[in-house]
Amino acid sequence: MISSPLQLCLVFSSLLFCIGLAGALSRSNSILVLLGIELMLNAANLNFIAFWRFGPAPSPATGVIFVTFSVAVAAAEAAVGLALVIAVYRRQRNIRLQEAVRLKG
Amino acid sequence: MSLAVQHLWLIPALPLVAAAIGAVVPRRARAVAAGAAIAAIASSFVLSCLALSGALANPAAHLAFNFDWFCVGEGALRLGWLLDPLTAFMCVMVSFVSTLIFIFSLGYMREDENFKQFFCFLSLFAAAMLGIIVSNSLLLLFISWELVGLASYLLIGFWFTKPSAAAAAKKAFITTRIGDLGFFLGILWLNNAAGSLLFYDGGHGVLEAATLGTLSAQVTLGGLAVSTAIGLLVFCGAIGKSGQFPLHVWLPDAMEGPTPVSALIHAATMVAAGVFLIARVYPLMAADQALAHAPFHALTAVAFIGAITALLGALIAVAQNDIKRVLAFSTVSQLGYMMIALGVGSWVAAIFHLLTHAFFKALLFLGAGSVIHASHHEQDMRRLGGLSGPMRITFATFAIGMMALSGVPFVFSGYWSKEAILHAAYEWNVSALPLIMALAAVVLTAFYMTRLVAEVFLGKPRSAAAQHAHESPGVMTVPLILLAACSILIGFLGTPAWPWLESALTGTPVEAHSLLEGASLIVLSVLLVCTGIGAGWALYARRPRETAEAIDPVEAAFPRAFAFAAARMKFDELYAATVGRLNTAFASLAAWMDRRVWGGVIDLVARFGEMAGRFNKETDDEGLNTGFNAASEELRTVGKFYSRAQTGEAHGYLRILALGFVVLAILAIMGGGR
Amino acid sequence: MTTALLLLICLVTLGSAATAMLLRNLIHSVLLLIGSWIGVAIFYLSCGAEFVAFAQLLVYVGAVSMVVLFAVLLTRRSRTDVTVSADTVSRAWSAVMAGGAVLAVLLYGALMTTLPAASAHGPAAPVKQLGAELMGIHAASLLVIGMILTVATLGSVVIASEEPSGKKEDAP
Repeated sequence: MISSPLQLCLVFSSLLFCIGLAGALSRSNSILVLLGIELMLNAANLNFIAFWRFGPAPSPATGVIFVTFSVAVAAAEAAVGLALVIAVYRRQRNIRLQEAVRLKG
Repeated sequence: MSLAVQHLWLIPALPLVAAAIGAVVPRRARAVAAGAAIAAIASSFVLSCLALSGALANPAAHLAFNFDWFCVGEGALRLGWLLDPLTAFMCVMVSFVSTLIFIFSLGYMREDENFKQFFCFLSLFAAAMLGIIVSNSLLLLFISWELVGLASYLLIGFWFTKPSAAAAAKKAFITTRIGDLGFFLGILWLNNAAGSLLFYDGGHGVLEAATLGTLSAQVTLGGLAVSTAIGLLVFCGAIGKSGQFPLHVWLPDAMEGPTPVSALIHAATMVAAGVFLIARVYPLMAADQALAHAPFHALTAVAFIGAITALLGALIAVAQNDIKRVLAFSTVSQLGYMMIALGVGSWVAAIFHLLTHAFFKALLFLGAGSVIHASHHEQDMRRLGGLSGPMRITFATFAIGMMALSGVPFVFSGYWSKEAILHAAYEWNVSALPLIMALAAVVLTAFYMTRLVAEVFLGKPRSAAAQHAHESPGVMTVPLILLAACSILIGFLGTPAWPWLESALTGTPVEAHSLLEGASLIVLSVLLVCTGIGAGWALYARRPRETAEAIDPVEAAFPRAFAFAAARMKFDELYAATVGRLNTAFASLAAWMDRRVWGGVIDLVARFGEMAGRFNKETDDEGLNTGFNAASEELRTVGKFYSRAQTGEAHGYLRILALGFVVLAILAIMGGGR
Repeated sequence: MTTALLLLICLVTLGSAATAMLLRNLIHSVLLLIGSWIGVAIFYLSCGAEFVAFAQLLVYVGAVSMVVLFAVLLTRRSRTDVTVSADTVSRAWSAVMAGGAVLAVLLYGALMTTLPAASAHGPAAPVKQLGAELMGIHAASLLVIGMILTVATLGSVVIASEEPSGKKEDAP
């Protein structure tokens, strides 16, 4: 069924992505949701490296540079997200995501 | 000569300027208004004398100066002025009498607070009257004619706070208006038939042979010549203005105005305008005399109406008790004489009588004014009497005027002019009726004038006012003396022995008749005059009235006839019952139509407008507004529905994201993506 | 790398990730997640992307995990309050359904498409070349990333800082 290493890597990254997605959807703690999102980002990065390594010959460093940037952005996003969590915690004294619904229309 | 004609317009223009000055100066500036008026009219008199000398140099010529007034399409309305002996004599008379009356008014109206307005209106009148005289165009004459009517209205109603004066002014205006309607129709017809309204226009004028020939040749309904018809219509204006039967009813009422007004307008000048008009258009009136088969001659109508008026006026005057009413009806009667003269073919006699009548009637009115002023506005002669003592000058001049009017022979001018008329009537071959009526009027005239003088001046004073009367100041008696002198002297211009006036007016030399020509008529008229004066003397002077309430001898003898005459033969009542009622009926009908019919139409239109407005409003409210409102509500509902998707839950959003991605991917795969 | 090694790395990573998502103790979750990040880094190494692997370790394992731990510490009411309350079953099931659906789609895509043949040795990406490219072709992107990081740092400081009239944090 899995005919090449590339396929294996793709399956791997898909599974990681869905684990992250399921985790983000099911947990009510904001920090855990953020962790799920980090997992999803990681899965995407995995995909990039898989195709860089096993795919047709691309330019030598594009995949790597892209993933570097992605990691940097993910870090920034994690920082901002966690700052938000702290801010939300300050207002509602817990970090249950279901309670942060003030933008309800 | 041409200079005189070109500047003829100054004669009416100067009083017009004085009227303008009198209108704009403040009420206190009495001296300015009066000074301007007297200076203007005196200058007009001087200019008129110059014009007379110019006209007499060539009496047969009619010198005209015409100009375009305004252009209408191809043609133009032309106006102009005319210098001929008729114009010049009339101008001299009018301006001279006006000057004297203006000076008289200085004294008479001194206590009146509307002094300035009085002189303003007097100047306006003088300007308009002179305008009638100098005009060469029937249109300009009509314009001045109407202005004269306006001035008369203003002056009759001068004391407008008195209801009788206001009513009299209105009556005068309306009655003359009825005559002016006929006059205007005549003007329109003439303009249409002849193409011009100028009297003398180098051969093309309306009074010149070419046009008259055309007009008398054309025939209108009833076989009447066009010139006859036009002439009769123009005569309507004269009937109104000169107080002929049947439009004489305004003249006695016009005595409500101040006495100088009565003297100037309703004795000497304005009422004479009608006579002047007929004399001016005499060639037109006489154009049908040459026709062999004309069914009716215009001048015949003139003669008969004049005759009726002469007798009517005299009869009514016998029974009047107010000094001014007696003189007013006397004026009516004398104007009738002038119309007789015009009708029987002697316009020269008519103008001669007009000139002499102007002087002695003005004299009589001013004398009456002097009496009224002295007796503090007591006008009923039953309450006067014995004034010959304190008011010598007035009595003397009044007596001279009375004798002139009665026709006392040889000395006084009235005799000569009346004789001329009687002779002309005698020689008229159509009918003897005017002559008979004129002779009857002679008796009556002498009778009632004697009655007047006797009751006012002779006998004993019958009231406190009469007892305390004193002579009027010099400013009032000097004009009286001057007019008395003229009443005597003017007569000598027209005696048969020296017919200077006739030759001056017509331009053809007239040979002198001997004094005995037509002697039978002379003797008859002298006898009649003596009868009249004698009867009056017997009844009123020898046994003068004792008290104001004592019955009049004539009234005692013929009570019903006297009462009928005293009531002015009930003409006013007759007119009120017929024409007045008809007019009221028409007015009611018109008012009803206006309210119901036209008002109904407008109401309907308004209703339509209202309905349209309401429809608009309903459409707007129901259609647009509700529609919009409903649509907006719908939008809001839809928005509310869709806003339910904004739950605020992050999990939900993520879930939807994931599911949406799945759907899209499935679509992409099914659509043929790899 | 051999398939077996790959398989091992996969299993380890997946296992620790799944467990991290299931645990109730927050700190344990974080620690397990660190484990899965290390697994991912080893994967990168096995693929020959050393630079990325070290970047992963430095950033994720070194920095992000610290930030997360700090957040955990700063958002608890008491010393022992690191367990999270249980979530409802329906939520779990809906999450699994959603995840399953996405997984199905992705696996279909991954398995059903014909992928090109892999080369034996992966491309080489020496660090020097990476540095030259970063400063050369991708210089603009580098600057933008730098800006993003700066702004994010500043922003998070602003967001997380105390309000002027704000309440003091609970004493630990």
